Amino acid sequence: MFVQILFGLMAIVIVVTSIGVVAVRNPVRSALNLVANFFALAVLYLLLYAQFVAAVQIIVYAGAIMVLFLFTIMLLNLGSPAELSERGEIKRPITWGLALLFVIVLAGGVFSRLSEAQPAQDDIGTVQMVGKFLFTDWVYPFELTSILLLIAIVGAIVMAKRRL
Amino acid sequence: MSTLLENPWFVIPLRIVIVLGFVLLAVPVLTWVERRVLALMQIRKGPNRVGPAGLLQPVADGIKLFFKEDVLPEKVDRFIYFLAPAGFLIPVLCAPAVIPWGPDDRLTPIADINIGILFLLAMTSLTVYGIVLAGWSSNNKYSLLGGLRASAQTISYELAMGLSIISVVLLTGSLSMREMVLNQQGNLGLLNWHVFRFFPLGLIATGIFLIAMLAETNRAPFDLPEAETELIAGYHTEYSSMKFAMFFMGEYASMITISAVMVTLFFGGWLSPLPFAPFTWIPGPLWFLIKLGVFIYFFIWVRATLPRLRYDMLMRLGWLRLLPTALVNLFLIATVVWWLS
Amino acid sequence: MDAVPISWYLTLSAFMFAMGVTGVVIKRNPIVIFMCIELMLNAANLAFLAFARQQAQLGAQVAGQVYAILVMAVAAAEVAIGLGIIVAIYRLRDTINVDEMNLLKF
Repeated sequence: MFVQILFGLMAIVIVVTSIGVVAVRNPVRSALNLVANFFALAVLYLLLYAQFVAAVQIIVYAGAIMVLFLFTIMLLNLGSPAELSERGEIKRPITWGLALLFVIVLAGGVFSRLSEAQPAQDDIGTVQMVGKFLFTDWVYPFELTSILLLIAIVGAIVMAKRRL
Repeated sequence: MSTLLENPWFVIPLRIVIVLGFVLLAVPVLTWVERRVLALMQIRKGPNRVGPAGLLQPVADGIKLFFKEDVLPEKVDRFIYFLAPAGFLIPVLCAPAVIPWGPDDRLTPIADINIGILFLLAMTSLTVYGIVLAGWSSNNKYSLLGGLRASAQTISYELAMGLSIISVVLLTGSLSMREMVLNQQGNLGLLNWHVFRFFPLGLIATGIFLIAMLAETNRAPFDLPEAETELIAGYHTEYSSMKFAMFFMGEYASMITISAVMVTLFFGGWLSPLPFAPFTWIPGPLWFLIKLGVFIYFFIWVRATLPRLRYDMLMRLGWLRLLPTALVNLFLIATVVWWLS
Repeated sequence: MDAVPISWYLTLSAFMFAMGVTGVVIKRNPIVIFMCIELMLNAANLAFLAFARQQAQLGAQVAGQVYAILVMAVAAAEVAIGLGIIVAIYRLRDTINVDEMNLLKF
């Protein structure tokens, strides 16, 4: 019962904040909505026995990526919403409608096809377990990720040069 | 008594009350200690009028802050302006939940989770939101600069700090902070601690953590986000009354927390430094408190001794000195651990 | 231990993804567009972790979590580059409105 209540609360937070990211006009408010969204997601990850991913979610997303977003917004001083006003257009209601349709269709498909969750093992999300598989079965994707990060570092340094 | 300690409905609130009570009660004492010690180092008197030796000064300050006018500047982003102090204080108060302060596993820590140190890193990395949002929402250029500096500084020094923590994780083979303390237990007393492990590798990791912890808590000589002489008071320029007090409390509470992490990771937590008779009579929690006091004294000492770094020096130290050192050190520790196993 | 059925997680994930797509389509501020991409990546992560619970084998269960970690690494790399590009464009053109960024070279 506790799990269901917690899921319900977090689901409400996620729904409200993911609408908020899109609907709010001020980019700082958007970023804050996204941070709250990531928090609620971390709680859901805990409910899914993914402790390590939940911790990494908060450290990487909330602790680094979103701080970087806020830093950029503040650095470029885009805080004032008037600067980038979104004009009212015909594509906006159409997009919202299509998004809603997408969710309804997918939810219908999901609820009619999928069965109950199987009871998973409790320890699938521990660091030991994830690490064991990451460095055995998944070692090539893991090393490729490190190369990708290296490319990102080099790219970021090139971007930061004063003259491109 | 022992059956009462087995009951989770009794013991978990008890653990929370002990830890939160200690942190919240230590903060006012700490403000008095800091002012007195600073005064001692600068050959002046410090607060000595209210109560014996000025001990009641924090109470007077608290009452003053309570009854001060709460000024709301014009054109602030009100919601975020009110949210920021809470966003700073809450993660700081959540962080000590995984720190074990004694040998009794029924009383401490509040939650011995298997991702303990990751939880702590997550909480300390969240404190930057309070500062950044306070700086942005105040609608003041000094505050904005303070917030910008805080975000860049925290991200930069978190890397070095994380790498020195990973070296402890390598030595322990676990992320639980309790396991980390137990791994430092042995016949040699303080020579078994992680500081002196694989001399001088453990010492280098400790030094990196020491510098990074000053930067993470925005204390001198890394107090650029609130540098009085250039930014007035940085991110909390526009805050007054209890909202200012929350920032103030958060800063001291994070000092206590990060010192406790230092003690747990490198200095043997509650373990006695010398494993024979008169020293082992002193109970574990008292040892923990003594070590904690040493590091808090270190914070104050550094503040009285070192001048503030310039911003480019701060970034150069973080990225060009600490980070490569930490990487090489981590590599060497990993090599030694692999070689010994 | 009573658990929430996987369908609920997947519906939530679909909702997050739809909101992300909506944001990418209707927003003009590239930073907010970026945030919406992050929203979509996180929707994918939620689906991965929910499906991981559904698997019978241990390897398949952990695989979902490994995938989520890889997605996070990719997202971090993407943000570092993307925000660098945005700052560079702002320095060149003093605006970051995506409607005005219609030249490959300036």
